[in-house]
Amino acid sequence: MSTEYEAVIGLEIHVQLSTRTKMFCGCELSFGDDPNVHTCPVCLAHPGVLPVPNETAVRYALQIGAALDCELAPESTFDRKNYFYPDNPKAYQITQAAKPFCANGNLGGVRIHHAHLEEDAAKTIHTGGGGRIKGSDASLVDFNRGGTPLVEIVTEPDLRSGAQVREWGQLLRATIKQLGVSDVNMEEGSLRCDANISVRPAGSDVLGTKTELKNMNSFRFIERGIEAEIARQKEVVSSGSEVVQETLHFDPSTGELHSLRSKEEAHDYRYLPEPDLVPIVPTQAMLDEARESLPELPAARAERYEALGVQEGAALLLSFETDWAGFFEGVLAADDSIEPRVAANWVTGEFAAELRKQDDQPLADARVTPEALATLVGLVGSKKISHGAGKTVLEEMVASGADPEAVVADKGLEQISDSGELEKIVIQAIEDNPKPAEQVRSGNEKAIGALVGAVMKATQGRADGGEVNRLLRQHLGL
Amino acid sequence: MIEREQVLHVARLSRLRLGDEELDTLAGELSSILDHVDKLAEVDIEGVEPTSHVVPLENVLRPDEPRPSLERDVALSQAPDPEDGAFRVPSPQAEA
Amino acid sequence: MADLQLLAASGSETAARIASGNVSAGEVLDFWLERAAGDPLNGYLWHADAEAARTGVSADGGALSGVPLAIKDIFCTEGVPTTAASKILGGYVPPYTATSVARTAAAGLPMLGKTNMDEFAMGSSNENSAYGPCLNPWDAERVPGGSSGGSAAVVAGGLAPWALGTDTGGSIRQPAGFCGIVGLKPTYGAISRFGMIAFASSLDQCGPLTRDVTDAALLLGILQGRDEMDSTSVGIEGGVSAPSAERLDGMTFGVPRGLIGEGMEAGVLARFEETLIRICELGGEIVDIELPHAGHAISAYYVLAPAEASTNLSRYDGVRYGLRASDEDLLSMYEVTREEGFGPEVKRRIMLGTYALSSGYYDAYYGRAQRVRTRIVEDFDKAFGLVDFVVTPTSPTVAFKLGEKTTDPWSMYLSDIFTVPISLAGVPAISIPAGLAEPDGGGPELPVGFQIAAPAFGEQKLLEASYALEQAIGFDGSPGLEGGSP
Ligand SMILES: [Mg+2]
Ligand SMILES: [Zn+2]
Repeated sequence: MSTEYEAVIGLEIHVQLSTRTKMFCGCELSFGDDPNVHTCPVCLAHPGVLPVPNETAVRYALQIGAALDCELAPESTFDRKNYFYPDNPKAYQITQAAKPFCANGNLGGVRIHHAHLEEDAAKTIHTGGGGRIKGSDASLVDFNRGGTPLVEIVTEPDLRSGAQVREWGQLLRATIKQLGVSDVNMEEGSLRCDANISVRPAGSDVLGTKTELKNMNSFRFIERGIEAEIARQKEVVSSGSEVVQETLHFDPSTGELHSLRSKEEAHDYRYLPEPDLVPIVPTQAMLDEARESLPELPAARAERYEALGVQEGAALLLSFETDWAGFFEGVLAADDSIEPRVAANWVTGEFAAELRKQDDQPLADARVTPEALATLVGLVGSKKISHGAGKTVLEEMVASGADPEAVVADKGLEQISDSGELEKIVIQAIEDNPKPAEQVRSGNEKAIGALVGAVMKATQGRADGGEVNRLLRQHLGL
Repeated sequence: MIEREQVLHVARLSRLRLGDEELDTLAGELSSILDHVDKLAEVDIEGVEPTSHVVPLENVLRPDEPRPSLERDVALSQAPDPEDGAFRVPSPQAEA
Repeated sequence: MADLQLLAASGSETAARIASGNVSAGEVLDFWLERAAGDPLNGYLWHADAEAARTGVSADGGALSGVPLAIKDIFCTEGVPTTAASKILGGYVPPYTATSVARTAAAGLPMLGKTNMDEFAMGSSNENSAYGPCLNPWDAERVPGGSSGGSAAVVAGGLAPWALGTDTGGSIRQPAGFCGIVGLKPTYGAISRFGMIAFASSLDQCGPLTRDVTDAALLLGILQGRDEMDSTSVGIEGGVSAPSAERLDGMTFGVPRGLIGEGMEAGVLARFEETLIRICELGGEIVDIELPHAGHAISAYYVLAPAEASTNLSRYDGVRYGLRASDEDLLSMYEVTREEGFGPEVKRRIMLGTYALSSGYYDAYYGRAQRVRTRIVEDFDKAFGLVDFVVTPTSPTVAFKLGEKTTDPWSMYLSDIFTVPISLAGVPAISIPAGLAEPDGGGPELPVGFQIAAPAFGEQKLLEASYALEQAIGFDGSPGLEGGSP
């Protein structure tokens, strides 16, 4: 008898805030500048310096808390987390342990344990040994990033699979992006995700020993890494062994997991209240501002779209990307007779595909306006042109920004509405393609596709698919 | 009373490479200090909130406005081992 | 030029002479630079030349312009070595200046030099300096007290008209008492801590060491104020002005009798009781009070201060500045650098603090000590509900001999028994000279300090009372002020 195992996953997400200056000093934030050009005595932890918190970072943290439906603490304090590492200049990180800003939230059904404000570490570059710690002879420390404000979001262990983590992670990213408080760019490290993973017999409520999967730079890699780690743990547990608590790194190029610090000394962070800072007691005005500044967030928007009849998949796609949602709403606004479901399918389907096909154009650079797309959808909807012709028109619109009606007129794409003319073409197609015609007659209905294709080709897609089908079946005696 | 082993553990946490003799001396000194400190157990602290601050302040925040950073040469001027505009440190490998 | 008038003058008197044209600021600076250069006490760790002394100093700073100041080597000074008397900061030259130093420079006070101290302000005798002990100007075989021993010694020894120090558990008041000068620890938060090398952040305060109470008030007036670089700075509402009270009518002085007596020298006790009588003569009233938890203050302090210190001193790691004693691998860089860079007392406190915060011990030590601190704060709140001031001797003894207490840390810690409770409560206190006394066991007479504490931000009242008492006591003279070498 074999036991069924389930995975239990909790996430720790670090979000770099897009303030102008660092968390506790006035150095400007930067990305990609020369090393150590954004430092001062405070962020280099010179003797005698003191931290002063960034007002905007506090505001952003409260906004994130509000967006994650958290309780916002009436009083919040900072703590010191002590550990020695060259990227940690004070040898303590100022973070929040006892009284974080935000607790007990929920996003998309995943509970948020808490979210707190802290400062980022500096960057170390390992020299020699090909840039990896292993085999390197030295490290170079660049303090430009050191002290960047971070909000760390810690979930409850409510996730069960890599795919779920990817989907939820995308929702979280879209939510924070919408707030405008972070670039949430995983490749540049402004969004970083660690996963705590364990397995247990399905239905059990005991937590197994967890491993920590560190810092992957895309949600797809996270998904794959988590799946790989779940598989590994299931194997370990079903063979009767025990999972060892360790920190792992997933190499997406090989699909392998590596232990980062196997002999890691048990951490003892010796937290203590940060005596250099006073409590933050958010005023009613600060709390109101955090809540009122919330735009419509992706989860709520997806719900609203679904209520309009948009299919779930399209609703989610649109909600996660503000500019796509804006485009979609522009289409609806241009022509209120268009069904939202149909508009959403055009925007997320044909239109998105065409942009990808033509040099992967970003939406922001697209030459097609929502109004023009609305016109196109209207032409198809009213059967002025066929769906196939619609795609041809769209191709031209994306390429040149042309007006859809002009393209239709130019190319003579107007649907063949004279059924006598269409009937002639159908009869011709049956004659020209005796083989599929015979197959259909002898019961293989699927073979009709070849005949539909022939008609469409002959009409350059100007025929209505339903009508073509009806006429073909009629003439084939079905 | 604090055991030698414990002193060694605390020295590791503190990143102090104590010599053997120093370790023994410290074990004795710390034990004797802790004997005095342990008298704190006599104080009734039932229901008492901890004090980490005596300043009557809250919400001391800084506007998010840039201030000049140090010139890089100045930032690196005190570094024991500057290299390529950065602070060079030996490999962490041996610590792993 | 041995200008005896300049030597004996207080800061305010010198300022008045400069203002009246009696002497030029340049002459004053030259005089004091020469005095400081002849330092026989190891009071200075760094001496300014005329140019360095004037760097950044406002030419038009106001009433005290031109009176040079000695600065404890715990304050960061841009371009000037700053070591906190530690080997780990040997050769360190900060890229910025402490707010307090910037304020005195803006007020026109040139910097004479950086004064000796106990390493990272940890000690009560100045024997914990990596650069050798500083000597007491009254008796070169005795300590000046600590940790601001250098600042106290140079003022008492005629090597500076006044000085800046810092006080965490008594580090201004105790050496001021031992050296026969005035030392003021303001309310926590009255003066910015920015640029002051941290020992125990929730306790550290900057303050003046001066010849008289008036000078203490004038320097405090320059130093106090909210600083946007220090989140915990408050400033003193309404500022501070020179005191002028002659009487103590209507003022009540609480004496915590339960704390006084045991372990005290007879001479110190005698000067204390005499001073209480003077208070009555001036119209003040003496009231017995209780500070039920003050007896636990040293224990609480030696958990809290080392705990904060252990994390404050973690930044000395050999990465960005200061000593790096090994390059072998990362762990060696940390461990060897810190082992070689810190002296024994600093290591003792780092170890003690790390232990008190470590997993499994936090509640028993740090958490408990914080709660005992709350009790002590409550004790003072209650006391100040009954009286205007709390008075004690500054220290249980006069200055002790070099080496006398170095083998038993706890006995050294006990020399701060009267100063530490006040530090934990965060309230202001001053030590003024109450006369001389023979040490137990005999020998030449040495200064005795009288400590007066007031409610938080009650500095002006504290200075008024201290001034009236100072005039009545009429303590005069210091061994260094008669000219020649101290
Ligand atoms: Mg964190
Ligand atoms: Zn900075």
